[in-house]
Amino acid sequence: MTIIKKMLGGAALLALTSTAALSEPALMYDLGGKFDKSFNEAAYNGAKRWAEETGNSYREIEVTAEAQRVQFATQLAERGFNPIVVLGFQNASTIEEVAPKYPDTKFAIVDVGWLDLPNLRQITFAEHEGSYLVGMLAAMASETGTVGFIGGMDVPLIRHFACGYAQGAKSVNADINVVANMTGTTPAAWNDPVKGGELTKAQINQGADVVYAAAGGTGVGVLQAAADADILSIGVDSNQNHMHPGKVLTSMLKRVDNAVYDVFANGVEGFEPGVVTMGLGNDGVGYALDDNNASLITADMKSAVDDAREKIIAGDVNVVAYYENDSCPALDF
Amino acid sequence: MDVMPKWADAILIPILSILISFFLSGLVILYLGMNPFEALKLMVTGALGSTYGWGYTLYYTTNFIFTGLCAAIAFHARLFNIGGEGQATFGGLGVALVCLAVPWPHWTLALPAAMLGGALFGAAWAIIPAWLQAKRGSHIVITTIMFNYIVAALMVFLLVEVLKPEGSMDPATRRFGDGVALPKFSDIFGLFAIEFSDAAPANISFFIAILACYLFWLLVWRTKLGYELRAYGHSESAAAYAGISPTKMIIVAMMISGGLAGMMGINSVMATDRLVLNSVEGAGFIGLAVALMGRSHPVGIFLAALLFGFLYQGGGELALWASIPRELIILIQGLVILFTGALDNLVRMPLEKLFLLLRKPRSEEV
Repeated sequence: MTIIKKMLGGAALLALTSTAALSEPALMYDLGGKFDKSFNEAAYNGAKRWAEETGNSYREIEVTAEAQRVQFATQLAERGFNPIVVLGFQNASTIEEVAPKYPDTKFAIVDVGWLDLPNLRQITFAEHEGSYLVGMLAAMASETGTVGFIGGMDVPLIRHFACGYAQGAKSVNADINVVANMTGTTPAAWNDPVKGGELTKAQINQGADVVYAAAGGTGVGVLQAAADADILSIGVDSNQNHMHPGKVLTSMLKRVDNAVYDVFANGVEGFEPGVVTMGLGNDGVGYALDDNNASLITADMKSAVDDAREKIIAGDVNVVAYYENDSCPALDF
Repeated sequence: MDVMPKWADAILIPILSILISFFLSGLVILYLGMNPFEALKLMVTGALGSTYGWGYTLYYTTNFIFTGLCAAIAFHARLFNIGGEGQATFGGLGVALVCLAVPWPHWTLALPAAMLGGALFGAAWAIIPAWLQAKRGSHIVITTIMFNYIVAALMVFLLVEVLKPEGSMDPATRRFGDGVALPKFSDIFGLFAIEFSDAAPANISFFIAILACYLFWLLVWRTKLGYELRAYGHSESAAAYAGISPTKMIIVAMMISGGLAGMMGINSVMATDRLVLNSVEGAGFIGLAVALMGRSHPVGIFLAALLFGFLYQGGGELALWASIPRELIILIQGLVILFTGALDNLVRMPLEKLFLLLRKPRSEEV
């Protein structure tokens, strides 16, 4: 390490300012990156909105390796950032390890709801309910009777999305054929638009004319390929309708932005620990309707979906979550 | 090879290569509007400025030593084992299965068993490509890359369908429990009343990695098998003429290689208390760069692994405290690999000329 010492000599005059940022909030992204056009980006949008409205700043960090999870979370807590929002179910064990060591720091985690810590707010989303609604829309928009689903990796969370989607599609048309594919077996699958596009073309060859992507950055390729082939696609997490106006049927909204915004806005004083489920009832999930897809969603479709939404909220329609018994009534994996 | 003294070949060239790559990285950082010296300082203090930083640096170093040795033993037999990633993944599965199968009472019992499990699984994942190379002539580079993908698919299946505790959303095994908790640096140094951050994951497997370096040296340069391996690596026909079986050499070299990669599991799986998807995280590929840079010698591998450990940890700290895109860290690591591995002659050739110039007058005197 002699070279480093030499180079340090030149930089010796530079003083390292320790970041003593009291009560500045922090956001830790999951693998997939800040600009994945879906999950992480939704969180970023929430944090950005908070920063713009309040004029305050926040710290953000992107995880690139497994060992960095605990490392970054510890560092953020150590340097006094508060509250700290952590994204993704893969960070459950991170928080389990870090949060008890910093009882005065408030943590929030998205997509985890099974921990029990006094300084932790856990935010889960009823993705199956939102996916159910877009599944209905897909089935109603489909002319071929075949709809597609493209996931990132074959992990329980993505099966959860696919399962809700298939149930929704089958509620409209019991005979509908749901084709489901996963992009890959390594984390690269969350950011592989080329392969997403190829899978979309394969599904089109199998007759699919509506394809739902729940695959992070890979979804960009799915939406592109669908638009090129002049079929419909469904975006996920953020509102992706604008990416190909008139070609994206809708987007399954998962309002991670609101979840992050709320934690940031409430700050340390207004922090509420516990488990929060963001479902259809509190607009945590839903489907996107705007100028870009207004022509695609007919009045009949809209009333059918809104009706189903009411029934799910009231408990008249039960959408089975994949997690309940690690299996799906509408789709085999 | 006689042109330069050994120290220049082993130390000067890598250092110059690193300096060039650091210089280029500095230019990029400058272009992004940051002070490169400040960035370097962030990296150095983040990786080496505290026991916490050291703990992470050495944790990564441990992984890279194992995978570096894995690539190096294959290099000695002139085999390009690019499957360290897959072998380490499968080895991690072996470690996890050993840890899950028995309610271990103490880590001293669990560790040797886990090492054996990891090494056996790693070797098992290397033996099929080795056999295909030895008997069928299927190129080891192609088959080992394919095996990396096969094991990735296998792990997704096993962790989602078989090993995942029921009701958990997380594709990972259950926790191994306290019985297999390896002593961390904070525990070890605590015995000598030296304070060490207990947040850092570096653990006793670092010392096992060093031991592996020594055993590697013994094997390659002090045993008959090592001699045969090197002889085979230099010339297959000459080795065959001397009665060394090429089939045996390929299979043995690859099994040792895979076994070393699999041993990484005691650090990346056992020390993290459970098996997750993607537990290797590219260490298998970094191992190739480490072995190239370390000239396939244990001392060189140790130093190169330390450098990459520093780059990983320092890069993480840089991403955390400087607002630079995370891709830049990958760029810096890539430049180091490029200059130390691929562009070796860029530094070597001018340096050789320089040494020749320096030597001439002296030889005339003689």
